[in-house]
Amino acid sequence: MSTPFAKLPGWVEYALIPLVNLAVAFLVAGIVVVFVGENPLEAARIMITGAFGSGEGIGFTLYYATYFIFTGLAVAVAAHAGLFNIGVEGQAYVGGIGVAAACLTFDQSMPWYLVFVLASLGSMAFGALWALIPAWLQAYRGSHIVITTIMFNYIASNLMLYMLLNVFKPLGQMAAQSRTFEPGGQLPKLDWLLSIFGLDIGGAPFNFSFLVALVAAFVVWVLIWRTRLGYEMRTMGFQPHAARFAGMKSKRIIVIAMLISGALAGLMALNPIMGDQYRIQQDFVSGAGFVGIAVALMGRSHPVGIVLAAILFGMLYQGGAELSFDMPEITRDMIVVIQGLVILFAGALEHMFRPAITAFFARLGKSRSEAAAGA
Amino acid sequence: MDTNTIVVLLQSTIRVSVPLILTALAGLYAERSGVVDIGLEGKMLAAAFAGAATAAVTGSAITGIGAAMLVSVALSLVHGYASISQRGDQVVSGTAINFIAAGATVILGQAWFQQGGRTPALSADARLSTYKLPGADAVRDVPVLGPVYSDLLSGHYLLTYFAFAMVPITWWVLYRTRFGLRLRAVGENPGAVDTAGISVVRMRYLAVTCGGLLCGLAGAYLSMALANGFVKNMSAGRGFIALAALVFANWKPKNILLTCLLFGFLDALSIYSQNAELPIMSSIPDQAIQALPYILTVILLAGFIGKASPPKASGVPYVKER
Repeated sequence: MSTPFAKLPGWVEYALIPLVNLAVAFLVAGIVVVFVGENPLEAARIMITGAFGSGEGIGFTLYYATYFIFTGLAVAVAAHAGLFNIGVEGQAYVGGIGVAAACLTFDQSMPWYLVFVLASLGSMAFGALWALIPAWLQAYRGSHIVITTIMFNYIASNLMLYMLLNVFKPLGQMAAQSRTFEPGGQLPKLDWLLSIFGLDIGGAPFNFSFLVALVAAFVVWVLIWRTRLGYEMRTMGFQPHAARFAGMKSKRIIVIAMLISGALAGLMALNPIMGDQYRIQQDFVSGAGFVGIAVALMGRSHPVGIVLAAILFGMLYQGGAELSFDMPEITRDMIVVIQGLVILFAGALEHMFRPAITAFFARLGKSRSEAAAGA
Repeated sequence: MDTNTIVVLLQSTIRVSVPLILTALAGLYAERSGVVDIGLEGKMLAAAFAGAATAAVTGSAITGIGAAMLVSVALSLVHGYASISQRGDQVVSGTAINFIAAGATVILGQAWFQQGGRTPALSADARLSTYKLPGADAVRDVPVLGPVYSDLLSGHYLLTYFAFAMVPITWWVLYRTRFGLRLRAVGENPGAVDTAGISVVRMRYLAVTCGGLLCGLAGAYLSMALANGFVKNMSAGRGFIALAALVFANWKPKNILLTCLLFGFLDALSIYSQNAELPIMSSIPDQAIQALPYILTVILLAGFIGKASPPKASGVPYVKER
């Protein structure tokens, strides 16, 4: 058997290699900026100041990060069980039905924290439902989950347009969106959290769902590394045959992993619908589900890594918005390029620099032992 | 429904199914060799941009097509490098290519042409040319056969005829040539091909290059024939519909043609029903028709109508044992 990779120290494995991959992705993004005719270092400076230079900037950065924590966790949970859930986008979109239904029904009669509980449960149920069919088809009918979840993204976007036009849209209105929720359907802002650090949130929609996202990250950590189900999922993802010989029910694990993944994706709908817009509108996910793929790859599917990667992408979103004011040539689409490059270098090409780094450490170890022998 | 409506519908079916056929065939070459290609959408989009941008600057359609194919092949080789040489995850690599193409086309378009990510409108010379079949004008007045010949079959783009011709050609290449036999074998049992002394890596690179060329043509068709220049995200999911068609067609050239025509017909039907009332259509929501190709593919994949059997080694990087 060929054993391509020697064992490396932990910090090289979990910090150095991901950072090298990330650095290369940003280097290539910098080259694109040069192509456009702008200075990449100046662009980076504007982005960082825009994202972290003010209370409002930080508020926006964390607001965007909230989306990506949820979607990143969703992708990661599926990935631990060896499933590539490319359908987080659609699951989050359909999850919006649960949030909107709870808010539209109870926003006038209940306080926000009760509506929030119903909305969370609803969003998780609808998100999980949208993941259930592909999961069931993968487990019991053998259809490939990547293809089915892609198809379900498109089905979701048509289904949601139909729902918005025929169910949620009030009579006499043109735009495909619901009415605005009353205070019972609005999550509180987290201005107090930022003011602890002496920051003013300004107009940023940074809201309660950020805390929900952090709780979700902790729950996912417990699930994956501290429960029997998590152990079974990781075994399935790492070595399906071993899992089967150990008597694990792989079909059941596939379905459960995808249900959890879909539920996490669905929770994402809280952030824009109940935390910012106070209504459900067309395309409210706007690519956050796909960013989750980059975030999960970059965070190595570990909740801590995912939160950090989500904040980085939040920074790119907020800083990118500022950047497009100062450098009109560089629109938000730059983030999509960076996202693609991160997926390429941290995902598909993650082992590209490993041989060189392994060789470097092997030589380092050798020269050290030679020096020790000489002395 | 009179003859005229049917002719208009079928004509529009042919027009919209061309990029699907080219892209699905592109996917066929890659996947038959064992390389899963989720990046069809991105390659088509990048090619559409490259084609329209080059044609707008040079004013020549041929140069535009060349640039489209070049860019598409370059992205195919990136995908090949990641999934064949580096043995990375092929789905992840394809996803990356889709995002890079979606973002970079708009950024570069805005930087070079300053029209909000569009490319300038193409002049008549810079667009793809159409071809009138011989005698099309003469027989136009003959009932039924006249409109079918002169409106439905004649007057399409040369690329349209080429796309339809590529279906039997691809069949011949895959099933009647040594290259095709080896390509299919690499996708089914790369170990056996390697034992026979044929390079798996080389065969797979050749296959993704073929896919890149066809995807480039599909992109050029979008921006230089269907439309008059590049518009942001103009592929609009066609790459994924083509992928669906490829799966639906069970990775077979003849079925690809039929599936693409079916999906194209659904598209044409929904475009047509937006402008004119069709008796059966008014009761079905437009979104249901839009979603039908995806729903059909899911049902097929689930094995409820026929059975999907992908190439055995598809998606698996080949590791040479020592």
